[in-house]
Amino acid sequence: MPPELVATVALQGILTGLVYGLMALGLSVIFGVVRVVNFAHGEMMTIASYAAIVAFGAWNIDPLLSMVPIAMLLFALGYVMQSVLINPFINRPEHSQFILLAAVAIVMVNGLLMIFGPDARNVLVDYSLDSIEIGPLLVDKVRVITAGMAILITAALFAFFRLSHTGKAIRACADNHLGALVIGLNVKHLYALTFGIGSAIVGAAGAMMTLLIDTTPNIGPVFTLQAFVIVIVGGLGSMPGALLGGVLIGLSEAMSGLFFAPSAKTMFGVAILILVLLFRPQGLLGRRP
Amino acid sequence: MIARLTDGVPRRALILLGLLLAALLVAPLVVDAYVLSILILILYFAYTGQAWNVMMGFAGQLSLGHSLYVGVAAYTAAALYVHFGLGPWAGVWLAILISMAFGLVIGFLAFRFGIGGVYFALLTIAFAEFTRVGFDHFTWVNGSGGFFLPVTQSEDNDPFNLRGDPVMFYYLLLAITALAFLLCRWLLTGRIGYYWLAIREEPEAAQTLGINVFRCKMIAVAISAGMTALSGVFFAFYYNNLFPEQIFSMSRSIELILGPIIGGVGSLFGPILGAFVLTVLAETVTELMHALGYDIPGIKQVFYGICLGAVVLYLPNGIWPPLRKRLGLGDRS
Repeated sequence: MPPELVATVALQGILTGLVYGLMALGLSVIFGVVRVVNFAHGEMMTIASYAAIVAFGAWNIDPLLSMVPIAMLLFALGYVMQSVLINPFINRPEHSQFILLAAVAIVMVNGLLMIFGPDARNVLVDYSLDSIEIGPLLVDKVRVITAGMAILITAALFAFFRLSHTGKAIRACADNHLGALVIGLNVKHLYALTFGIGSAIVGAAGAMMTLLIDTTPNIGPVFTLQAFVIVIVGGLGSMPGALLGGVLIGLSEAMSGLFFAPSAKTMFGVAILILVLLFRPQGLLGRRP
Repeated sequence: MIARLTDGVPRRALILLGLLLAALLVAPLVVDAYVLSILILILYFAYTGQAWNVMMGFAGQLSLGHSLYVGVAAYTAAALYVHFGLGPWAGVWLAILISMAFGLVIGFLAFRFGIGGVYFALLTIAFAEFTRVGFDHFTWVNGSGGFFLPVTQSEDNDPFNLRGDPVMFYYLLLAITALAFLLCRWLLTGRIGYYWLAIREEPEAAQTLGINVFRCKMIAVAISAGMTALSGVFFAFYYNNLFPEQIFSMSRSIELILGPIIGGVGSLFGPILGAFVLTVLAETVTELMHALGYDIPGIKQVFYGICLGAVVLYLPNGIWPPLRKRLGLGDRS
């Protein structure tokens, strides 16, 4: 197999993986603070994807622009979900939270199915088929742009959590829930805010994803699982970890598609997950709990 | 040994159980084929939920990948039957052993490396997914193309090869569901049941008291996986077709555990009640939507999801525990 081909496929995989990483980052942020596993994560991404498809179909808005209002929309959805539905479940056992979010996921998948039907949809912008030459390699332009956006958004989020007061308050809640209550932080509001931020991130990722893959209502659960694999490989709660996990999964998907069968690609991702869980359960960049 | 099955159970509970069993026994004589198929579905979910409940409800280990055990057992028994002509009554033992082996490997890896809670749950999903993709490429059982059992058109029931009409399957399933109920009662009232209770509530305290936590968890996984294997074998011979994408899917795992969670995790009767409520709910919704003329794909599941959310929102412990209190039945039934 020519080395240029392998390198090209690897680079494409890494670039796609960065967008996967951004999608998983939302899950990681939510779990890191609220300690609730969002089993409806991929489904929320699909909602964002359909919003981008509708915006493009109706008003011809590029998903790279519509991702801003879509992220805001998802922020609102996440904020409301946390404050209305999930808050009463914070101290309930995990299986109880799981069922609640699984129910939300079922409603989302099938709601989309009712509205949009089962057919695959995508967004074809005029630069969809353009590619960029990097030395001997040929890379899709959309992949380069979306990967760049993914890194940018992650950096902005990192700055928010490090530098802003609200970001620091959210980290305080994550580190010491009781302490945060004692010093008078509005933990409920901050939890809802965090869920909103996590949802906004997955919203942005969902809008960009329409440029990379075909969207159907049924990819929601697939991406929920994908997000789990990524954040556990990278380390639940670690932001660079989510991107690293995304890159690893994107790369393994691309490579297994090239060397084996495309249908076997999830197996390699899951195999990485199993190895990480066994030998470094806190994830590659995670801190030991 | 046997006396503890009924010790401390109020007479009322025994009478109610007896009435339920009697009703289920005569049911096939009075209901039509449609209702019978629903009853089979209820018993199937009740039994599988009971099996899952051993791991989660009794020992506190959340598995979201029980479709793995259903799948490998179904494939084992089906492959033995199709390739070697070995009937299900012989094949089921190998199916149970293989299922248990899968469970023990997952349990060993997880419990040895101290993986618990959410991480354990995700590990179980990961193994189920891994196996699903593996079976997609497993040509001996026809990979993703699906594996089919020969369907005979004969009028006679052949219980030795599990070929026959739904009534035979119904009674078989009723028998294993009843036996599983008794087995769970027996486990729960025995030494291991109390060990599990301790591990579920306070693992560190249990360890301090000298309970071999690792071994007890492994026993729970083995029993749960072995019991689930039976429902896999049943599935293979009842439906006669197996697709990795369906039988190993995550949504199947979720479907299997909704019953016990809705009914009441950790209770004995919860999985049965949960299976009944959920199956009847799903069928009612289908019928209702059909009658109203809304045949939009997905609408049934949306309604189902809303009902599910409402139940967990308002009945945190499931339906059975508050109901059992009202009926004045035993605490751990």
